[in-house]
Amino acid sequence: MTAADLTRDASGIDGAKQRAIRGIFFACAFLSVLTTLGIVVVLLEGSVDFFRDVSFVAFLTGTEWSPLIEPREYGVLPLVWGTLVITVGSAMIAIPVGTATAIYLSEYAEPRVRSTIKPILEILAGIPTIVYGFFALSFITPQLQRFLPYDIGTFNAAAGAIVVGIMIIPMVSSLSEDAMHAVPDDLREAAYGLGATRFEVSTGVVLPASLSGILASYVLALSRAIGETMAVTLAAGMAPQFTTSPFEPIQTMTAYMVQVGISDVSIGSVGYQSLFAVGMTLFVMTLGMNLCSLWIRSRYREEYR
Amino acid sequence: MSDAEVVSESDPFAGTSDLDRKRTIGRIFVGLCAASALVGIVALVVLIADVLYQSWGWVTWEFLTYPPSQFAESYLPGGRGAGIYPALVGSIFLIALTALFTIVLGVGAAVYLEEYASEGRLTAFIEANIANLAGVPSIVYGLLGLAIFVRAMQLGSSLLAGALTLTLLILPIVIVASQEAIRAVPDSQRHAAYGVGATDWEVIRDVVLPSALPGIMTGTILSLSRAIGETAPLIMVGAATSMFVPPDSPLGPFAAMPMQIFDWATMPDATFQHVAAAGIVVLLTVLLAMNATAVYIRHRFETEL
Amino acid sequence: MSDDTSMNETPTIETHTEAKSTDDRSPASEADADVAGMDDQSIGEETVIEARDLSVFYGDERALQPVNVEIPDRQVTAIIGPSGCGKSTFLRSINRMNDMIDVARVDGELLFRDTNVYGEAVDPVALRRAIGMVFQKPNPFPKSIYDNVAYGLRIQGKDDDLDEQVESALRRAALWDEVSDRLGESALDMSGGQQQRLCIARAIAPDPEVILMDEPASALDPVATSQIEDLIEELARDYTVVIVTHNMQQAARISDKTMVFLTGGELVEFGDTSRIFENPDNQRVEDYITGKFG
Repeated sequence: MTAADLTRDASGIDGAKQRAIRGIFFACAFLSVLTTLGIVVVLLEGSVDFFRDVSFVAFLTGTEWSPLIEPREYGVLPLVWGTLVITVGSAMIAIPVGTATAIYLSEYAEPRVRSTIKPILEILAGIPTIVYGFFALSFITPQLQRFLPYDIGTFNAAAGAIVVGIMIIPMVSSLSEDAMHAVPDDLREAAYGLGATRFEVSTGVVLPASLSGILASYVLALSRAIGETMAVTLAAGMAPQFTTSPFEPIQTMTAYMVQVGISDVSIGSVGYQSLFAVGMTLFVMTLGMNLCSLWIRSRYREEYR
Repeated sequence: MSDAEVVSESDPFAGTSDLDRKRTIGRIFVGLCAASALVGIVALVVLIADVLYQSWGWVTWEFLTYPPSQFAESYLPGGRGAGIYPALVGSIFLIALTALFTIVLGVGAAVYLEEYASEGRLTAFIEANIANLAGVPSIVYGLLGLAIFVRAMQLGSSLLAGALTLTLLILPIVIVASQEAIRAVPDSQRHAAYGVGATDWEVIRDVVLPSALPGIMTGTILSLSRAIGETAPLIMVGAATSMFVPPDSPLGPFAAMPMQIFDWATMPDATFQHVAAAGIVVLLTVLLAMNATAVYIRHRFETEL
Repeated sequence: MSDDTSMNETPTIETHTEAKSTDDRSPASEADADVAGMDDQSIGEETVIEARDLSVFYGDERALQPVNVEIPDRQVTAIIGPSGCGKSTFLRSINRMNDMIDVARVDGELLFRDTNVYGEAVDPVALRRAIGMVFQKPNPFPKSIYDNVAYGLRIQGKDDDLDEQVESALRRAALWDEVSDRLGESALDMSGGQQQRLCIARAIAPDPEVILMDEPASALDPVATSQIEDLIEELARDYTVVIVTHNMQQAARISDKTMVFLTGGELVEFGDTSRIFENPDNQRVEDYITGKFG
């Protein structure tokens, strides 16, 4: 054995091959950065084209949205309104139900009950959104029509909000339960030691201690509701309008994008470009909420270190 | 008056008379939480029951083997025969292609992040970026696919463009799942290989990947079962809502099950609700089979080790 | 703490058997740059590994004070000392296993046959092919017994007459008689002691020059431990063995030379094992060996 055997050149180990393999793996990881970059560039490019024809102010403040048929109007607010209605409506279902489910699973349920309910909620989360859309159309809307004394159309915001609400329950419950699970047991024991009831421990100790994790789950679930597409398209319709009635059709940003997607809008037309302006609006809103959720959670992690 | 008497008798539990009230509140609270936990389960049961009820009698052998038809009566038993065949085949091809790309890219990225990357800023940036990508709405990926694969790379609305778009969509989930599987490989195994003079690549190929494979496969299949139900990105890349023949090449047009279901669900003729429900039964069955495979792999290798 | 009743055949004076030493309670070490007893190396022994002012840092923390030592060819050199004293750090710096820790940094030189293994041109993979390693816990691959032994041979391209080489390695690891009829079975089905001898067979199969052992018997029962010890003495005929152990009796039984690390990653004494155990130069080493601390 001579000393030269240890050098890269003489050892018979192909350094170039090793570097090439490393490079390939790096490229795979870097693809995610390129994906983000691609999304931003594609949305920006399309939006820039769009705003050559449409004033930025008119887009953000206009109250009429009709880019495909005359008279053409490009005010995005009705779409944002539609998205807001669905988001707020679904939050009114998913937040209380999801939080209570999380409290039950984390603080009350026996292990066997827990290990039954959790997988079922996972299945609920795994159902394709198109199926939820069908469910709204074939079950929820007819039930609303049957039991409520209003004039409810085939497409209505309420049905959309209800299915999206059901859809995001698992998200709220599982992330909130994780947060509650992370609360150290000594905190609970301290409260029990002072003579607190289980209810007082759950609501007075565990909830406040895990509040930031729970809030993060809300923000993430709402971001999901904003980006939700197929269920709201099928359930809530394609009528961009300001309405405070939950029983009228509306149109969300995502539903508009589907509308353009299935129509024969020619590439390069303002209608086509509007896709990217609306997509950009959607992307900015969800990105902002996701970052907000990450920020809340990173703060929360520090609390129990 | 009587209060004073109670105190004077020096009852050790004096002053705890509010406990009854608290207990009642506690019971109501548990009841509400348990009821909330049931909401998700009930919703799932009702949803499945609704789909099965609507599709009863419509899922026939002909439905699986015939192309779709404009006439609802063709789908009926004894009709001319119509169904989901091209979309079923299209979905399977689509997922097979997506699986191919996802496994290569997802495992590659995970290997880089776990085995090569040192804990630096770039790694932290890539990981934060992956976390953010997981929260981008699927319809935005559709826009990315439309601009990059369909138009810039001139793949058209082909099977390949659809598969690439779905790949980018589920990559973040696959990467994170693969990272977890790779992290679970004990360091002692890596050291054993390094100790006999294995290169980084040999350690990955001979030690890390074989051990992590079950976990990687489970995570990948679960992600693919999400991809198979995705509709919005396919709409954006311009996949056909309905096709009469299965795709014959990666560069050819295609229909997929969720697109076909969307098409049926939006038909004015109410009879098509049953056809859509039948399509959902097929979709959910494929999904169930994929999930069962994932669970089987996880279970089988857990018991083996 | 000292237990003189369990003396063994090695002619040492007092051996401290409660070797699983916990944290140190000794006063901070004096800046004693000279390692005691460095001069009792007999002339004529060929040096295989030489450390020159070798120090290791984990981040800002110094894990190893500058080490100067010459490890002789075809002998067993034991490294002893209390937990966290840098024994394993030094061992792993010889074949650059510390490279895998992101924050680890090395200063000074470590010469293997006069080549600084931390030199620019040295490939750590080539280094590890020349310097094999056996770990604390047996870590066979989840493959067959045969494939475990053959692994190093295959990746090093030494796969002519694979069957013969595998048999030879298993014989040298004193395992052949026990496994010759079940080479295709999973290595995970073997006992702990067999697994560790399999790991030794795997390490020696590609015929390295040096074998590093990091507490190879610490996870084993007494019978398996004694088999491993016999094997180590056997191996020293063909290989240079450097072994970290927390068991001072073991060091006394099997080694020719002993390095004593004390707290703070300082190599305090190095020399012939018999002399170190009978008559150490350094008072702190004597205290440690007689069990006064550690």
